[in-house]
Amino acid sequence: MSHHIVEVGELQHQYADGTCAVTSISFRITHGEAVAIIGANGAGKSTLLLHLNGALAATAGTIRIGDTLLTPATVPQIRRTVGMVFQNPDDQLFMSTVAEDVAFGPLNMGLSGAELEARVVAALTQVDALYLRHKAPYHLSGGEKKRVAIATVLAMSPDILVMDEPTGGLDPYARRQVMELLSGFQHTRIVASHDLDMVLELFPRTIILCQGKVAADGPTTTIFRDRELLARCRLEQPLAMQGCPVCREGAKQ
Amino acid sequence: MRSVEGALLDFRQLERLAERDSPLHHVDARAKILATLVFIICVISLGRYQLAALFPFFIFPVVLIAGGGLPVRYLVSKILLVIPFVLVVGIFNPLLDREIVAIAGPVQISGGWISFFSIVLRSLLTVASALILVSLTGFPALCRGLAQLGLPKVFVAQLLFLYRYLFVLAEEAARLKLARDQRCFGGKGTGLASFGTMIGHLLLRSWERAERVYRSMLSRGFAGEFHCPSGSSFGVGDTLFLLGWGLLLLAIRLYDPARLLGLLLTGGVQ
Ligand SMILES: Nc1ncnc2c1ncn2[C@@H]1O[C@H](COP(=O)(O)OP(=O)(O)O)[C@@H](O)[C@H]1O
Ligand SMILES: [Mg+2]
Repeated sequence: MSHHIVEVGELQHQYADGTCAVTSISFRITHGEAVAIIGANGAGKSTLLLHLNGALAATAGTIRIGDTLLTPATVPQIRRTVGMVFQNPDDQLFMSTVAEDVAFGPLNMGLSGAELEARVVAALTQVDALYLRHKAPYHLSGGEKKRVAIATVLAMSPDILVMDEPTGGLDPYARRQVMELLSGFQHTRIVASHDLDMVLELFPRTIILCQGKVAADGPTTTIFRDRELLARCRLEQPLAMQGCPVCREGAKQ
Repeated sequence: MRSVEGALLDFRQLERLAERDSPLHHVDARAKILATLVFIICVISLGRYQLAALFPFFIFPVVLIAGGGLPVRYLVSKILLVIPFVLVVGIFNPLLDREIVAIAGPVQISGGWISFFSIVLRSLLTVASALILVSLTGFPALCRGLAQLGLPKVFVAQLLFLYRYLFVLAEEAARLKLARDQRCFGGKGTGLASFGTMIGHLLLRSWERAERVYRSMLSRGFAGEFHCPSGSSFGVGDTLFLLGWGLLLLAIRLYDPARLLGLLLTGGVQ
């Protein structure tokens, strides 16, 4: 199943104002892998992710999804393969009801009638949000918005899921819900996040970005043990690895 | 000026009206568009002195508001918003056109006043019918109807974008205003100076947000065309709705029931 491979080669992106957000990034992600992209604010995570389905065009470098090189001609095909959940669900939900929003992608793929309806229901059921189908997206809570945003992408049945900060701004319960969803997926997953505890729990492989470059790429547990590396990239160990402060106090006494 | 949040809420309320469930809401958008179009043409094509002939046309908005269970007070408040504009257009008529055309007891009525009221009424009627159309159909469905009627897809996409980005703009404005209000304690901030930068900010932020929304549309396979969810078919009910209103409105336009009634009452002598 070579078509679920993501290969980024010497990727570089310069914004119109001259900011070089990403410089010579290379990695290869194979079928079914779950990879976390972590890094400080402004490290270039979102910029990198936006390239993976051609939402941003690279200044230099190549992106290969399976056997297909990303070019203007292959972008439509690649967008079916790579599903992208954006950082802010308000940017992703733009129709007047949840059901219409979820149907937007499949409609563009040419689905209609019962098949379309089935897709919408299946995607909403998968994220446990079918009860929201007739609601307006802007009336949902943060957690609900996030789940619906994920459903809009699932409805297109992509092979590769790309998500930008899926647990950002969620309460503990909503965060758990999204994490359970994520762990249930069989897709190749690429997720940018500041939620290092989630990364530790769900993503065996981690790539650290620092000022637009790859600072480390390897097994999550190895990377999180390297405190010096994390500090250099303005990161910290996940709380789960820091030891419980209450117990530590107790041990001293 | 009314608050940005208020205006936004109002707009959303209009959208929510379209989610109600009445037989009129289920009539095909095309039937409603065409009936409204016939209505508007009939009303607009009346002569400037045909004031009485306008009154029978109230049947269209009244029946639709009642049948659709629309909130009268809300709609009237929206419709009255156009009054200032209409006044500006029509206010010179009574001054310019002083020829007396009717005498009601001691009061002499000039042609200018008649045409002035005719302008006001015609404006209210057309605005009311347009608002009712949106409240009974919803803007997205309306655009779809227009597309099905043969309006070029590019225009329809433009309309939908306009609608979508109107929300984007209003939401950004609401956020910006909140941020300002929190830090100027009921005063006017630094007045015009900060207002200028705020407007600039607003445009830039809306622009970037619009770009992100567009990106997310592209990511979901958008290729410049909004698709209709179901091949909604034009049923018997829709045909009846269109035919019924079309014939009734044309009859009112051609035979002017107000004048007929007048003739009847005065025994046919003019
Ligand atoms: N539209 C833009 N125009 C100019 N610079 C941008 C734009 N978007 C992001 N940047 C800059 O690019 C860098 C990387 O941003 P981003 O990819 O959003 O980081 P992250 O998602 O890791 O927080 C930052 O320095 C940011 O200021
Ligand atoms: Mg980001």
